Amino acid sequence: MDHFPTSWGRPRTEAYDAYNTFPLHQRPNPGHKDAFAEGVQRTQQPIVTGTSVLGILYKDGIMLVADTLASYGSLARFKSIQRLHPVGSSTVIGASGDMSDFQYLQTLLEELIIEEFAEADKHELGPAEIHEYLSRIMYGRRSKMNPLWNSLLVAGKKDGKRFLAYVDLLGTTYSASTIATGYGAYIALPLLRTAVEGKEDTLTEEEARKILEDAMRVLFYRDARSLDKYQIAIVNDEGVTISEPKKIETEWGFAEGIRGYGAQIQ
Amino acid sequence: MTSIGTGYDLSASTYSPDGRIFQVEYANKTVENSGTVIGLRVKDGIILAVEKLVHSKLLVPESNRRILTVDRHIGMATSGLLADGRHLANRARDEAYNYREMYRESPPLKEVVQRLGLYVQAYTLYSSVRPFGVSTIFGAVDKTGPALFIVEPSGISYGYHGAAIGKGRQIAKTELEKLKLAELSMREAVFEAARIIHLVHDDSKEKEFQLELSWIGEETKGLHLPVPKDLCEEADRKAREALETFE
Repeated sequence: MDHFPTSWGRPRTEAYDAYNTFPLHQRPNPGHKDAFAEGVQRTQQPIVTGTSVLGILYKDGIMLVADTLASYGSLARFKSIQRLHPVGSSTVIGASGDMSDFQYLQTLLEELIIEEFAEADKHELGPAEIHEYLSRIMYGRRSKMNPLWNSLLVAGKKDGKRFLAYVDLLGTTYSASTIATGYGAYIALPLLRTAVEGKEDTLTEEEARKILEDAMRVLFYRDARSLDKYQIAIVNDEGVTISEPKKIETEWGFAEGIRGYGAQIQ
Repeated sequence: MTSIGTGYDLSASTYSPDGRIFQVEYANKTVENSGTVIGLRVKDGIILAVEKLVHSKLLVPESNRRILTVDRHIGMATSGLLADGRHLANRARDEAYNYREMYRESPPLKEVVQRLGLYVQAYTLYSSVRPFGVSTIFGAVDKTGPALFIVEPSGISYGYHGAAIGKGRQIAKTELEKLKLAELSMREAVFEAARIIHLVHDDSKEKEFQLELSWIGEETKGLHLPVPKDLCEEADRKAREALETFE
């Protein structure tokens, strides 16, 4: 029996309802679907993404670099997005991968930093602690089969100690004197290793900046999801500074001479 | 206190025949017997100063702080029961966090204070709870500029240019009224605050006390921080000197 009084004495067709007194007496929605019929949906791919982040150690601290592009698939959708983010007074993080997940991480870290600040105990979270926190968050989310789709670099200098480490959507972590995420791990990392390894304690700020700028130029030539606008974050004894966006100087004259790609007459 | 023994003061959920709630008034008495706390709203910031009465020489200096931090830009100083003050601070942190989560911006002090007022007031309604034994001075520099509020045990809250609670509040208030608060710099205000706290402290009656000072404003880039040690000591010394010449 139909237990809904508003259904009594009406035609039984679902499609046609001449007696509806909407919105007062609504009949139970025939189009109702079980919210869980298709199962719980989880992140299966990143949507708006950032490409590589590079990081190197140098004499006085650490340097990170990232371009300012957030792509929507292959479309260069947002061209002025900051992907380097200061956390506390001695740490900076750089993110590639899903930008909305990165923004979520920023709010988590903001909450964490305020909580610690309110203790007023003269202690502050340094890069090592921030990295550990992020790695637990990332691993926890991947264990729920719902990862935050990022590769992150965490860099900082606290109590005279330099710190540079990586954590990704699987919760994988490692630390090295040069690290690159995304496409940069294939294209830029070999260049960085040649330029930096063994010279971490002698490279000056100028030299380190030059190495990163050269690597970003190569990436802009080769990485189809990159942009010729980038920012550099420096952490040294003075704290964190993130530069204004700068243009990469490029040279395209040689392109005319390239043969073997695309449509050509000769 | 003629009403003691009449039975109308046994619970916060009972009015007296002339319309008072004695439990709330007793809570105010708790505050009146505690160390003086003052707050100054000046040109470019806020100063909080506390006369923290130290009941034992065995205590670690700087323990049992009466000035607490709520958010980056919000500080509070309590007079009354220390533990009640800490509970209120935790609630204030939660409220600030909730505001931030909802609106994605740093909470204006007025908003946090109004929510805390509601919370404190709820403790004046039931026979099963006791009203808060603290008055709290809240200070912040938010998007409206410097802001200063007091939340009382009744749950009522007012904004102030200069605020004083606790034992020496009357003398402190008259001193605050003499100042041109809107024209003082934060640095000048630190010295005034230290002077007032020393002035209201009654050497003959009281035990030792420790001067606690914090500030928010241009000097701290909008953060609530303790006044740096050297400045704090200088203010403390100047205040003692001023008192000696005064007497």
